[in-house]
Amino acid sequence: MLAYFVKRLGLAVIIVSVAMLMLFCMIYAIPGDPAAVALGPRATDAMREALRIKMGLDQPIWVQFWNFFTGAWTGDLGREVLSDRPVLGVVLEQLPFTLALIAGGIIWSVALGIPLGCFAAIRRGSLADRIVGILSVAVIAVPSFVIAIYALLIFAVQLRWLPAIGAGEPGDLGDQLFHLILPSLAVGLGWVGYIARMVRASMLEVLEASHIRTARAFGLPDRQITYRYALTIAVLPTVTLLGVGIGQMLSSAVFAEIVFARPGVGKLVYDAILTRNFPLVTGTVLVTTVLFVMLNLVADLIVGALDPRVRSSF
Amino acid sequence: MTVLSISNLNVVFSTEDGPLHALKDVSFDVPANRIVGIVGESGCGKSTLINAILGLLADNGHIDGGAIRFEGDTDLTTLGPDAMRDLRGPRIATVFQDPMGALNPVLSVGAQMVNIQYRSGRSKAEKRARAVEMLEQVRIPDAAAAIKRYPHEFSGGMKQRIAIAMALMMEPALLIADEPTTALDATLEVATIEMLKDLQQKIGCSILFISHHLGVIAELCDDVVVMYAGEVVERGTTRAIFNDPRHPYTARLLECDPARQTERTRNLPTIPGEIPDLRARPPGCIFANRCHRREDVCARPPPDIQIGGGHAARCHLADMPEMEVAP
Ligand SMILES: Nc1ncnc2c1ncn2[C@@H]1O[C@H](COP(=O)(O)OP(=O)(O)OP(=O)(O)O)[C@@H](O)[C@H]1O
Ligand SMILES: [Mg+2]
Repeated sequence: MLAYFVKRLGLAVIIVSVAMLMLFCMIYAIPGDPAAVALGPRATDAMREALRIKMGLDQPIWVQFWNFFTGAWTGDLGREVLSDRPVLGVVLEQLPFTLALIAGGIIWSVALGIPLGCFAAIRRGSLADRIVGILSVAVIAVPSFVIAIYALLIFAVQLRWLPAIGAGEPGDLGDQLFHLILPSLAVGLGWVGYIARMVRASMLEVLEASHIRTARAFGLPDRQITYRYALTIAVLPTVTLLGVGIGQMLSSAVFAEIVFARPGVGKLVYDAILTRNFPLVTGTVLVTTVLFVMLNLVADLIVGALDPRVRSSF
Repeated sequence: MTVLSISNLNVVFSTEDGPLHALKDVSFDVPANRIVGIVGESGCGKSTLINAILGLLADNGHIDGGAIRFEGDTDLTTLGPDAMRDLRGPRIATVFQDPMGALNPVLSVGAQMVNIQYRSGRSKAEKRARAVEMLEQVRIPDAAAAIKRYPHEFSGGMKQRIAIAMALMMEPALLIADEPTTALDATLEVATIEMLKDLQQKIGCSILFISHHLGVIAELCDDVVVMYAGEVVERGTTRAIFNDPRHPYTARLLECDPARQTERTRNLPTIPGEIPDLRARPPGCIFANRCHRREDVCARPPPDIQIGGGHAARCHLADMPEMEVAP
C-alpha cells in the first residue's frame, strides 16, 4: 500500500512538472510583451524595462523556465499584476469556494446517480428503467451552463426558493450551504446521468456473476445481495470515473461561478483573463492541475479501500 | 426415504426463435444418505436441472409441468419465492462449477461464511467459530487467520474447498455439487472427492453430484443418472450403469476404456453427430440421429423401460442388450 502510494505520488510529481513545462511554453508563445500588457499603453519605455527586469523577462529562456519551475514547486507563483499580492495566496483564498462547489456537485451526482442506476438495473426493462435511461442521456447532453442558467431562472428567479447569487454570509455555514444548493446541482446534474448509466451497466454485469448466484443459492435476502454483495462492486468503476471527471467538473464550476456570481477559482481565472492578469491565470491553472492530480489519487485510494483485489496489487 | 424426488419435470426457455425445451420428462430420485451422479455432455441440461431445483431459473425459463418433491411431499415447483429462499442454504446447499468466481471478491471469506448463517440464531462469535471449524475440516491451513482473508488470496483448489465448507456448514439434507472438481487438477480432484465423501458421511446428507468425468462418478456415486439433450436416458445404480448399460448412448459413453476414464479426461468421449436442436425436438427418440442401433421403431417416443432394481432406460431396445459387434 505504501509502495503504491509513493509510486503514485512520484507519478503525480511528473504530471505536474509536465503541466508546468507546457504552461510555460504556452505563456512564452503568447505574442506581445507581458510587461507592456501589464502596464498598459500609457507606460514609458523605462517603466516597461524596469518591470521586465523585475519579472525576469530579460533572462535567457531556460533561466526563466528554471526560475518559474523552482518557484512553482516552492509555492512561489509570482505576484499578480494589479494588486502585487502573491498569486498563491490569492488562489488559495478562492480555492475553498470551488472545492465546496465540486464537493457539492459530487454529492448531488452520487446521491442521485447511484440509486437511480441501481434501481434501473434491478427493474431492468421496466418503464421506470426506460425513463431513467432517457433522463440520463438528456442531462448528459445538456451543457452544464445551460442547466445553471435554467436552474437559476426557475428556482431563484421564478419560484424564489433558493438564493440567486453569491456564496452566502461569510462565517454563516447554513447560509453558505443554502447558497451552494443550486450551483452545485448545476455542476453535478450532468454527472447524475453518467453515473446512473455506469452504475446500471456494471450492476447488471455484477448481478450475472457467479458469486451472486452463490449468494442466492445460500438464500441470502435480496436486499443484502443487492446492496452488500453487488452494489459495492458495481460502484467501483464510478469512483474511478469521478476521479478522472474532476477536470470536467472544474470547467463546469467556472460556468457555475460566473452564472451565480460566486467567488471561486473559476471566477478568478475568468476575471484574470479579461484583465490579462497572466501570472494569476498561470497560477490558477497550476493550482487546479495539482488539485486534479490529487483528487485523482484520492479516487484511486478509495477504490483500493473498497476493493481488496486492488489493495493487494498495490 | 427419498430426499428428492423429481417426476416428469419439464423446463422451457423462451428464446427469440421460439420455446426451447431444455428438460423433458425428467424423473429420478435421490435417496437419503446416497450420492447420485448426473453425467452428460455439455448443454444436456445439468445446470438447468439444478437451477430448477433451487428455484433459480433464468428469467426467461419456467417449469412447464412436473413435480420436484423435497423431503416427503413439499413440491418445490409450487413454493413461493420466500419459502424457496428459506430452503436454500439450510436444507439444500450448493457448490457451483466455477471456483474462481463463486465467492464474492470484496467480502472476506469470514464475512461471507458468517452472513450465510443469518438464520442460525447463533451469536456473531459463534458464527465465526463455526466458520473456522468448517475451514479446518476442509483442511484450510491456519483457518483462524484465513477467515480474515479475501477470495483472491487463495488458490483455486482452496477456494473450491472453501465453497464446499460453506455448503456443508449449513448441514443440509441435500448437497448439490455442479462439477465442483472440473477446474481442479487431477490430484486435487481426488483429494476433493475423498473429502466430500468423508464429510457427507459425517453430516449424513445426500449429494447430487454433477460431472463430465465418468471416473469421478464411478468412484464417488451410488447411483447414476445419464442425461442427453434434456432427457434422462438411463438411470440406475453405479454398478448397473457401468456393468450393464442399456441405452446406446450410455454404452457409447462407456466404450472408452473405463481405466482411462479415471485419468485426466475432462470431456466425454465424442460420439459422431450433434445434439438435435432443442427448439425442434424430434417426435421419436432424441438420440436416434446419432444411434448406431437405430431401428424403425425409434421414430416413435421411447418408453422408460424398467430393467429392475431401479434401473431404467428410455429406449425401445433396452430389453435387448447390445451384442458385441465385430469391427
Ligand atoms: N437462459 C437460457 N435461455 C435459453 N436457453 C438456455 C438458457 N439456459 C440454458 N439454455 C439452454 O438449455 C440447454 C441446457 O443448458 P445447461 O446450461 O443446463 O447445460 P449443462 O448441461 O449445464 O452444460 P455444461 O456442461 O456446459 O455446464 C442448452 O441448450 C442451453 O443453450
Ligand atoms: Mg452447467
